[in-house]
Amino acid sequence: MTDSTTVSRGAQMADTDDRPVVLRLTDVVKTFPGVRALDGVQLEVRAGEVHCLLGQNGAGKSTLIKVLAGVHRPDSGTVEWLGEEVSFANPQAAMKTGIATIYQELDLVEDLSVAENAFLGHEPRRFGFVRRAQMARVTREILGRLGHAEIPPRRLVRSLPAAGKQIVSMARALSHEAKLIIMDEPSAVLAHDEVENLFRIIRELTAQGIAVIYISHRMEEIREIGDRVTVLKDGRTTAANLPARTTPTRELVSRMTGRTIEYVFPDRPPADASAEELLRVEGLTRHGEFADVSLTVAAGEIVGIAGLVGSGRSELLETIFGARRAEAGTVRVAGRTLRAGSVGAAVRAGIGLAPEERKSQALLLGEPIYRNVTLATFSRLARVGFTNAEREVAEANRIADTLELRPRDVHRAVRQLSGGNQQKVVVGRWLLGETRLLLLDEPTRGVDVGARAELYQVIRDLAAQGVGVLLVSSEVPEVLGLADRVLVMREGRVIHEAPGSELDEETVLDLVMAGALMEGAAA
Amino acid sequence: MTADEATATAVPGEATATAAAPGQTKQHGHGAGANQSWWRSDASDYARRNLGLIGVLVALVVIGIITQPQLYSDATWVKNNTFTILQQASAIGVVTVGMTFVIIGGGIDLSVGAIMALAGVWATTLATQSYGAGGMIFTGLVVGLGVGLVNGVLISYGRLVPFIATLAMMVAARGLAAEISNKQTQVSTSQFINDLASAKLLGIPVLVVILVAVGALGWVLLNRTTFGRRTVAVGGNVEAARLAGINVKAHTLMLYALSGLCCGIGALMLTSQATSAQAAMANMYELDAIAAAIIGGTLLSGGRGTIVGALLGVLVFSTITNLFSINGLSTESQNMIKGAIIVAAVLIQQFRFNALTQFLSRNKAIRA
Ligand SMILES: Nc1ncnc2c1ncn2[C@@H]1O[C@H](COP(=O)(O)OP(=O)(O)OP(=O)(O)O)[C@@H](O)[C@H]1O
Ligand SMILES: [Mg+2]
Repeated sequence: MTDSTTVSRGAQMADTDDRPVVLRLTDVVKTFPGVRALDGVQLEVRAGEVHCLLGQNGAGKSTLIKVLAGVHRPDSGTVEWLGEEVSFANPQAAMKTGIATIYQELDLVEDLSVAENAFLGHEPRRFGFVRRAQMARVTREILGRLGHAEIPPRRLVRSLPAAGKQIVSMARALSHEAKLIIMDEPSAVLAHDEVENLFRIIRELTAQGIAVIYISHRMEEIREIGDRVTVLKDGRTTAANLPARTTPTRELVSRMTGRTIEYVFPDRPPADASAEELLRVEGLTRHGEFADVSLTVAAGEIVGIAGLVGSGRSELLETIFGARRAEAGTVRVAGRTLRAGSVGAAVRAGIGLAPEERKSQALLLGEPIYRNVTLATFSRLARVGFTNAEREVAEANRIADTLELRPRDVHRAVRQLSGGNQQKVVVGRWLLGETRLLLLDEPTRGVDVGARAELYQVIRDLAAQGVGVLLVSSEVPEVLGLADRVLVMREGRVIHEAPGSELDEETVLDLVMAGALMEGAAA
Repeated sequence: MTADEATATAVPGEATATAAAPGQTKQHGHGAGANQSWWRSDASDYARRNLGLIGVLVALVVIGIITQPQLYSDATWVKNNTFTILQQASAIGVVTVGMTFVIIGGGIDLSVGAIMALAGVWATTLATQSYGAGGMIFTGLVVGLGVGLVNGVLISYGRLVPFIATLAMMVAARGLAAEISNKQTQVSTSQFINDLASAKLLGIPVLVVILVAVGALGWVLLNRTTFGRRTVAVGGNVEAARLAGINVKAHTLMLYALSGLCCGIGALMLTSQATSAQAAMANMYELDAIAAAIIGGTLLSGGRGTIVGALLGVLVFSTITNLFSINGLSTESQNMIKGAIIVAAVLIQQFRFNALTQFLSRNKAIRA
């Protein structure tokens, strides 16, 4: 096997081989109390290449890039940057030498404007005054390059949707004169066309000789944009510099996990026409977000919503859940109309929502994992107002087992988990208790291949037990593979509805982008 | 370098690395993991912090012994002085328990001193006193609770910022207290109330017993009940709490009501100690209560805090006061020292033994 890969790699690598190595990590170790996050990592990045990092949730990818970005200092090992051994005291130091980073968890200041965020810490100045006009102009330029000229530079970041925020952190990275740009799961919040956009920008950057480190759990992306791949497992490099396009997926996955996982969706049971209707939404409207949306979810049915980011999907879920108040329309659960704008009523009716943004909408970062898992159920597990920690821990352990949470210690603070593992906590919360209708907003965001398969199975199992699921995902294959019925949303309206088995990715993308089949198909 | 080196694939390091550090991979089992996880956990973080405060208390006593050796050689004096310190801490301690809840829940209550004055004054009007001790206690508690409820409604349903709402209440409640009392000191004629301050239960002053009881109830409420869990959730991440189905508004309302109730209890305790009440009583208690909660480890931004820490904070302050009075020093210098202590305590907290923790765990890793 080694022989054959060497050969194929040789052929593929020819074009990058002569480029100079800009970054070399040797035996980098980083420990946190009780955890060896990095345990001897090797990495070599060449100018102008897209170097992908692969690894399961908790493998140490984010920790590695934080070491590079000067957030963490390695315990041992060397980092050579542009031929010199470096040790960055802080992120500013790393930025000054030309390393820009887009972090997995957005690190924007919500109450500053888009431009202020893009230039945070290196504002253009004259006589000590920030040159606001210039800052806004350059930001507009960068946003234009990113294909988002419509975002006003002076708008507050708080008011942007998740994808918009991602664009702003990208703008921040581009506002530096960087020689290396690190992107930690940049596509996790992006829709299909946005990813294309991102790739276009990456190609522009690499053409200028800028190196890119790209982290993603999506294999197709790595195939499309990557040049070489380094695989991490349990904080160690298990494979370095594999050709991104030709290495078989099976090999990559087994390097990541030590086993082979089939990336498949669980079987879809035949449609059950007799299943009772669980959710009926009629004419739901919120100005500027979505209009006149009607849909139903039956018990045991998984309904997927496909659409671009900004097509009103997340807002729709939040409105059904009562976190936003509808301007018109009704939400009925098992025949009973829900009080508008009341989350409490929705939860009592058995609805659960796993929101899109885990950090700001879902997690108590400083609290233990088990308390985060039981955040919506601790009252039900309690006895006459007294919390039942034992049962909570037991339930959390059960969830942690099903979702392969790592590390498995549910007493740890959620803050210490890797991004994908935090996501499992968010989704896991609603797998407990008496949820009858599950609203999932990007449930697999940042979750690795293996755990993703587990999660799909868990969702399917829930449906088999009679739970209704309404699923929003930017990954069209996920919607198609998992959902019994698919709704396509565009600009706040449902424009198409069909069984998941009758749609293919291309059709959905056509619908989503152009609304080509809009006539006659509108719900 | 050669092309071979540059493209050297795959796993040569895997076998060797595994051999080099067995058992130190991330999936450490529950052996080492569980051991380490206690002193890394929040509980241990709080424990360390509380130990720090106990250290400060010990240091203060040592300073007392050094400066007044002859007093400290008298065992009865020491016992009585200890009770004095605890009694002085009792009313403010009760209020601090309520304040701690409010702050953990993401709010702040600047009106506690004013609520105490209003409750104290209302409980000692001639009309109220005509109903006897029972009437006084009832009035004190209801006024405290009622004002707390008003705070809560303004904040949760009126959407006022807690700082503003309770600042307004601070001014208004003192004004009302002055109005009711006609700016006069109202003497309590209830024997029961007046005796309470000197009464003892099993040799322990009743006021101290009340403080301990409120502290214990507060601890249970925060750490063992769904109410406490909601408080932490609301203060830690309002949006997450709301999306998990917690009724944030109702809970916020209850937090301020709880604080108001604590003020009512505290007001009665102060009234008993002074055998009177006036509009200027409990002056600046809000700052003392906030300071005690903060040095006790409560995060001003909400989501974290302990009752034990807050009460230790109160004890530190009242021990300082005592130290100054037995040495016959002025209140001005006392306030200076208090300020210094607040800053020092917060600085120590920020240090949070992080460096030490990392150092120790690294050594452990190397040894293994
Ligand atoms: N501040 C911290 N304290 C303790 N442990 C931490 C801390 N940060 C990360 N870890 C641990 O280090 C390991 C590596 O985490 P890291 O975030 O690098 O994973 P990752 O590869 O980025 O995963 P994901 O794909 O889920 O984002 C995990 O086990 C994580 O729990
Ligand atoms: Mg990560």
